[in-house]
Amino acid sequence: MKMKGTQILLECLKAEGVEVMFGYPGGAVIDIYDELHRNPAVKHILVRHEQAAVHAADGYARATGKVGVALATSGPGATNTVTGIATANMDSIPIVVFTGQVPTHLIGNDAFQECDITGITRPCTKHNYLVRNPDELASTIREAFHIARTGRPGPVLVDLPKNVIAAEVDYDPAKIRINATKLSLPPKPSSKKFVQMLEMLRASRRPVLLTGGGILLGKASDELRAFARRAKIPVTSTLMGLGAFPGSDPLFLGMPGMHGTYYANMAISHCDLLICIGARFDDRVTGKLDTFASNAQIIHIDVDPSSINKNIVVDLPIVSDAKSALENINRLLKDNNYAPTDAERKDWLEQIEAWKKKAPLAYCQDAEHIKPQCVIETLYELTKGKAIITTEVGQNQMWAAQFYRYDDPNTFISSGGLGTMGYGFPAALGVKLAFPDRIVVDIAGDGSIQMNIQEMATAMQYNIPVKIVLLNNGYLGMVRQWQELFYEKRYSNTDMTFQPDFVKVAEAYGWEAFRAKRPEEIRPVLEKGLFSNRPCLMDFQIAREECVYPMVRPGASISEMTLGTREMTN
Amino acid sequence: MEKRENVISILVNNKPDVLARVAGTLGGKGYNIESLCVDVTVNPDVSKIILTTIGTKATIQKIEAQLARLIDVIKVENLTDVETVKRELALIRMTLTADNKNELIRKINQLNCKILTFNSDHCVLEFRGSKAEVDKVLETLKPLGIDDVARTGIAALERKN
Repeated sequence: MKMKGTQILLECLKAEGVEVMFGYPGGAVIDIYDELHRNPAVKHILVRHEQAAVHAADGYARATGKVGVALATSGPGATNTVTGIATANMDSIPIVVFTGQVPTHLIGNDAFQECDITGITRPCTKHNYLVRNPDELASTIREAFHIARTGRPGPVLVDLPKNVIAAEVDYDPAKIRINATKLSLPPKPSSKKFVQMLEMLRASRRPVLLTGGGILLGKASDELRAFARRAKIPVTSTLMGLGAFPGSDPLFLGMPGMHGTYYANMAISHCDLLICIGARFDDRVTGKLDTFASNAQIIHIDVDPSSINKNIVVDLPIVSDAKSALENINRLLKDNNYAPTDAERKDWLEQIEAWKKKAPLAYCQDAEHIKPQCVIETLYELTKGKAIITTEVGQNQMWAAQFYRYDDPNTFISSGGLGTMGYGFPAALGVKLAFPDRIVVDIAGDGSIQMNIQEMATAMQYNIPVKIVLLNNGYLGMVRQWQELFYEKRYSNTDMTFQPDFVKVAEAYGWEAFRAKRPEEIRPVLEKGLFSNRPCLMDFQIAREECVYPMVRPGASISEMTLGTREMTN
Repeated sequence: MEKRENVISILVNNKPDVLARVAGTLGGKGYNIESLCVDVTVNPDVSKIILTTIGTKATIQKIEAQLARLIDVIKVENLTDVETVKRELALIRMTLTADNKNELIRKINQLNCKILTFNSDHCVLEFRGSKAEVDKVLETLKPLGIDDVARTGIAALERKN
């Protein structure tokens, strides 16, 4: 059947199960918008900046496990997507970004709103395409979704020249063929590897599991829980993996690394076996590499072979997705009737309990000033841990990771690898669209919220009642913390005391908004703001120079932490 | 760990942009491509890229893994420690003068260069051999007035003895 390219695009999106896309029109994609007007097959959310479209698609993808979709026009529309794409790339998030392009005969001529977006995004996409031939449109879109969601997921960009989407070509979904040379998954690891893993586990007296975003991406949360509990292994999770293992489980150690818990870092430093699944030994996790888990044998399970032996040389590498690896090892434990006795684990678990008691996550209460940690703890209590939390980047992100306990997968949504300020709010819009019945809260700082604050209009236009908990200290707090600790308090360009009245800004957009200045106002403001069916900003004016602790100095061993008011430990 | 030159053979889809992806994967990590040789294989949909780059064993393994991740890369092989035949071709244009002509002809014969063109002012020579042999020929001819050189980069193929 003959169809216009724009129709084919929408048909393909429907076939991929796309329910919602986020975008912003412009000259090169006006035909797609015309098609959407006629055929509202896919719900389109008009954002106010293309960066937000990609973050919203990314938040939707992280919350649902489906592929998120964004659409932007050529030139500046396309370049505005780059931060969002790089964010998704670093965290392996499946999204497909469509960009308009000038007609093929003008490509390379410096035409109006032309840019080489496939060239620009080559290093920050899993793959990208410039569709030159309308006959290849349908197969390219199918390939793009396939690549985005399989193996180690990631962002795929599809650049669509105006004449390609305007052309009429034959479309027959049954005849779409994708290039399969590279699209199959890696071979399953041999069963010998898991037998070896079991042997190492049997020999271990002090095992630790280090899990990451790969557990969530691989939908292996149940399998992880079964494994850790049967084998009685304490679990520490990177920022990206929070929620995969319940935050309130006694075996859970919290996050390791630079702002990890004392007990997670001590457990890694003293373990004799480290089983890393779906994490990639980022420098924020490992600290000084030479001393990281230096007493341990290391097993690394990852779906991406290039992640293994990249930062840390391991004793047993296993290339596999998290789910099938955990299914394999769980089956093996059962078949061999292996479960360590309480006595076998007693010493190790007692040691960990002692570390937990010695230095729990803590902060000093203050009768005059709002402590950000207290805001998050109260938020946790009032939402009974059932909210989906997104974050911006910096201190707000670390406090959100430390003081809210995530019991369910995909309930903590944050830009880990790239550390993108301005991520959390648009991501929250994507999350809320996917889960309209859940409370969705963006935990923000006053710096990062201003990077995509324009999306307050989007939230109103489509009635997306997300909540913003603003931890407002009038500083770029994390940079200020580094300046305090490592630059002798030279607060160069981090003071943001000049700021808008955030309550009035929110109200100007039609939002509800409340402010809290004193500790006793925390609870009433949260109670007013969280449960209404309107978008709401809650401006908490927090203690200005509060720091995130524990902290490992950049380049130091993770066993050397500053615990804040207390001394250095070892 | 010791750095050395590695020969990497990469089978890729014969498409625009693929060379840029491969080059970007190395360049983005700070590795220089020392030589590069690309052409289509007997299958017109597939090209072979043979490149050399200098690095330690561990870093080269990382590069190989990164290259293997690219969607348009079909296969990556490190031929450095494999029994291979390696050849490079150089085209060398010499400026001819009354002073150097006789000496040059003697050297051409001695070095086993092939003469492709020869007129009153210039000649173009062809030389095939290992990279070291090409280097040596160029060094020998340099004092006689090399005008320009084009080298193909190393082509390498496993012997399969």
